[in-house]
This record gives sequence, structure tokens and C-alpha cells, in this order.
Amino acid sequence: MTTLVQALVNALNLGGLYALYALGVAMVFGILRLVNFAHSSLIMAGGYTLVFTASLPLVVRLALTVAVCVALAMVLELVAFRGVRSAAPETMLVTSFAVSMLLSSLAESLFGALPRSTDVDPVFRESWTFGQIYLPKINAVTVVVVVVLIGGLGLFLTRTPAGLRMRAAAEDFATARLLGVAANRVISLAFAISGVLAAAAAVLLLGANGSVTPTFGFNAVLFGLIAAVVGGLSSLRGAVAGGFVLGAASQLLQEALPVGLAPFRDALLFAAVFCLLVVRPQGLIRSGQGVRV
Amino acid sequence: MAEPLLPVPLLPVPLLSVRGLTVRYGSVTALHGIDLDVDAGELVALVGPNGAGKSSTLAAVSGLVRPAAGTVTVAGEVVSGLAPERVVRHGVALVPEGRNIFTALTVAENLALGATIRRDAAGVAADLDRQLDRFPILRDRYGQQAGLLSGGEQQQLAIARALMSRPRLLLLDEPSLGLAPRLVDLVFETVAQLRREGLTIVLVEQNATRAVELADRTSVLRTGRIVRSGTADELGGGAAMAAEYLGEAGVTP
Repeated sequence: MTTLVQALVNALNLGGLYALYALGVAMVFGILRLVNFAHSSLIMAGGYTLVFTASLPLVVRLALTVAVCVALAMVLELVAFRGVRSAAPETMLVTSFAVSMLLSSLAESLFGALPRSTDVDPVFRESWTFGQIYLPKINAVTVVVVVVLIGGLGLFLTRTPAGLRMRAAAEDFATARLLGVAANRVISLAFAISGVLAAAAAVLLLGANGSVTPTFGFNAVLFGLIAAVVGGLSSLRGAVAGGFVLGAASQLLQEALPVGLAPFRDALLFAAVFCLLVVRPQGLIRSGQGVRV
Repeated sequence: MAEPLLPVPLLPVPLLSVRGLTVRYGSVTALHGIDLDVDAGELVALVGPNGAGKSSTLAAVSGLVRPAAGTVTVAGEVVSGLAPERVVRHGVALVPEGRNIFTALTVAENLALGATIRRDAAGVAADLDRQLDRFPILRDRYGQQAGLLSGGEQQQLAIARALMSRPRLLLLDEPSLGLAPRLVDLVFETVAQLRREGLTIVLVEQNATRAVELADRTSVLRTGRIVRSGTADELGGGAAMAAEYLGEAGVTP
């Protein structure tokens, strides 16, 4: 029983994080059909922002992190992606790789390849213990942040005119533009939202790891992308579902695998993803079903 | 149908003026420098076989396709080269072929998107009521997902959505395509009604006979060129014209 609850707590935490990464990737993909690997650069930028603002109060640091991630996301859209917007999807994909490599190299030359560490907040190192169940406070923070962000995003998309325009653009960009939806504004907004999600990911990742390197965020976006593909890449609900499924599966393998096989956890996980996509290439949730963005 | 019931506002220039419009898709030229004028309050039909350039004309006017050469002016203002979201602000609304309604959104949301360019909430609410009166089925289905609508209902939604922008010029691309005869009647009645209300319309149709008879003037397109223009009488009547220029496929029995 205790093991089960503990596993559930861990799965929820990991799933929430994966859902957060997946949403950031799916948000931009839904509008632009761009798999944005440079989402990792946003998370990295957020991480370094937290490192270099260590002397400031936490609220200011968080606000600056969000501001930096959102600003960088919008600048990248303007500088790197606007010019190739009408190009083939492969061109945009390669561009996003190039951008993430460039920014990671830039970070390495500016800040060095060694990890830079910071303490986001002492709370992130504390934990509650209920009998034998060990609950790090950061897990609770993660779940709350993820739920608030997903809920807020859902409300924004379904209850506001700007959200309606985004959903329309995600379904049929050309028709949305015919009705007067401004392409540049919608795309900018999608990148800005992905920036907010990246900032949250940076805070939670750094809170757990304590240090940032130039490749900070790479793995996160890789898992996020896989989660988004599992869920159905062009559906935000799919991204969230995929994140939680991947997180839960990963945790399940962690618990169930014998010690000797534990290093192969991710290999087994991806093999399972591979099998799922053979059976269900459209992912868990097909676009067109439910709210699609 | 020849006499407009409403006085047509006099403009010194045609509402829509197209000069030397050329559209290319890669190495294929879909439109070879066509000229077309549509006066305010007029209903002009564009007919012709598949691939004649009818849809390309509408795509270029609405900004979906950037013309390789030529100009499009709406009420004297040049709109060619503008993005579609800018062209619609000049009063041009396109109902695309295949309707292109947002199937994942509700009927209400589709209609709200039609009013994207408008800021007058009261006027939008009044227009919404007017369109729901025009198409009562949409009132019944107001809260439903638009993807669940039948083809005819989707066509009505597409037209109502376009009208929500309160356009000066309505471009209709094959509105009767794939509809049952009863619904084709409804679509043509709607077009006639909109014309009586004073709206300027360009109607692209494969159903040439009916389009020619309904329109004030018709231009016949073939392989990207306008080969003939005139009223139904000048073209020798709708059915005759259709048979002569389009072959048997364009004739409705």
C-alpha cells in the first residue's frame, strides 16, 4: 500500500512535468506545424536567469524568469521562424535545431560548460513524511503549478476571443486569416504562451536539480516531444494526456524493473512508445476530437 | 431579377476592379492577366470548366494567393499583395470552396469568428440575429459542434459566417457543390436574396445554367483567360451558353 501510494505520488509528479514540456511543444506545433526543439533554449534561458538573479527576492526572480522566457520566445519567432514560416516542415524543424544549438553554444561561451548552481527556494529541498510515504514539497509545487497552468490555458482558449482565434487558427489557418485573424499576432501569442510554460519548467527543473548547464532543457523537450506524439501532436489535451501516460509508465518501469535492468528503463519506455505508435499512429487523442489546438 | 429593388450607391469607380491579374503556382500559370469590373450592387458570375481559373481569381482577390502580376482594387483602394486578414478589412468576404468551417468549434464560435474584424458589439449582435433568422437551422444548432452539421447546413454556416463581417463584396466559390437539389435551390435563393439586399457578389459556379440566369453579367473563363462576357441574353441564354462553352457537363437538365 505504502509503495503504491509512493509510486502514485512520483508518477503524478513526473507526469505533470512531462505534460508541461509537451504542452510547450504542442502549443507551437498546433498553430505553426513546427516541432520547436528550441523550446529547450527557452528552458535553459529561464535556468540561467534564476542563477544570475540569485540575490533578488523570489517573486522578482520568478517574474524575471517568465519575462526572459516570453521575450526570448517572441524574439526567436520574429528572427528565426517568421522567415521560414511558409517553407516545408523539414526546413522549420532544421531551423529549430539550429537555433537550439546556437543558443546552447552561446550559453557555453558566455557562462562556461560547467554547471552553475543556485538555490531557487529552500522549500524545494524540504519534504513531508506521512508514515513511510515520503513527499518532497517540490512534488506538490509541481502538481499545483501544472494544474494551474493547464487550467488557466484551458480557460484562456475556451473563454476569451483571443483563445477562440487561436483554436480557429490551429484548425485551419488560411480560413482563420480570411476572417481577419492576424497571422503574426496569433503565432506570436502561441510562442509567448510556450515561453510561460518554459519558464515554469525551468523553475521546477532547477528546483529539483539545483544547477543549470548549456544543455539544460534538452532532455525535457525530448521527453515532452515524445509525450506530445504519444498523446497526438496537434491536440493540447493529447499533450497533457501523453505527458501523464509517459510519466506514469516511466515510474511504473522504475518500480517494476529488476535492479539489473533499471539502466534500460528509457529504452524500454521508448520501445513501448514505438509499439503504441505502430498500433495507433495518430496518438492517443486524434486531432478533431475534442479541443484541438 | 434584372432590376435591383434597392437603390445602388453610385461610386465613381467599380467596387471591384481587376486588371491584368496573373496567378502562377510554380511553373503553372493558372490565370493569364484577366480584367474584371464589378459595380456596386451587381451580381457577376464566373463560369467555366475545371481548372479554368475561377477559384484562382477569388483566391487572388481575397489575398489567399499573391498574384504574380496585375492589380486588384476594392472601391479604389489597391488590395493586391495584402495578406488575407488585411483584405477582409477592406470589406471583402470569401466563402471558400468546400466551406472550410471550423469543425471542432461550435456553430456559435464559427459565427463569432466571422465578426473578428468588427468592434461594434451591438451591431454584431444585431447581425447575428439577422443571420440566424435567415438560416433558422443555425439557430437550432447554435451550440452544437459544427463538424456534426450536414453538408447543406455547413454551407449555410459558411455563408452566414462570411456575412458576419458585414462585407461590401461577397465572393462565393461553388456554393452549390455536392448539395442535394433542394439545398441547391436554397443556396441560389439565398444568393438572390442577398443581391436584392444590395450586396455586391461574385459567384463562381459549375452549375453554369442557374448562375448565368441569376447573374447581372457573366464572364466565361477557360484555361486562365476570360473568353466571353455579357448578360444571359447576350450570351444566348444560360442553357445555350453553358452547352456551347462548357460542354454537356455544365448544363443542368
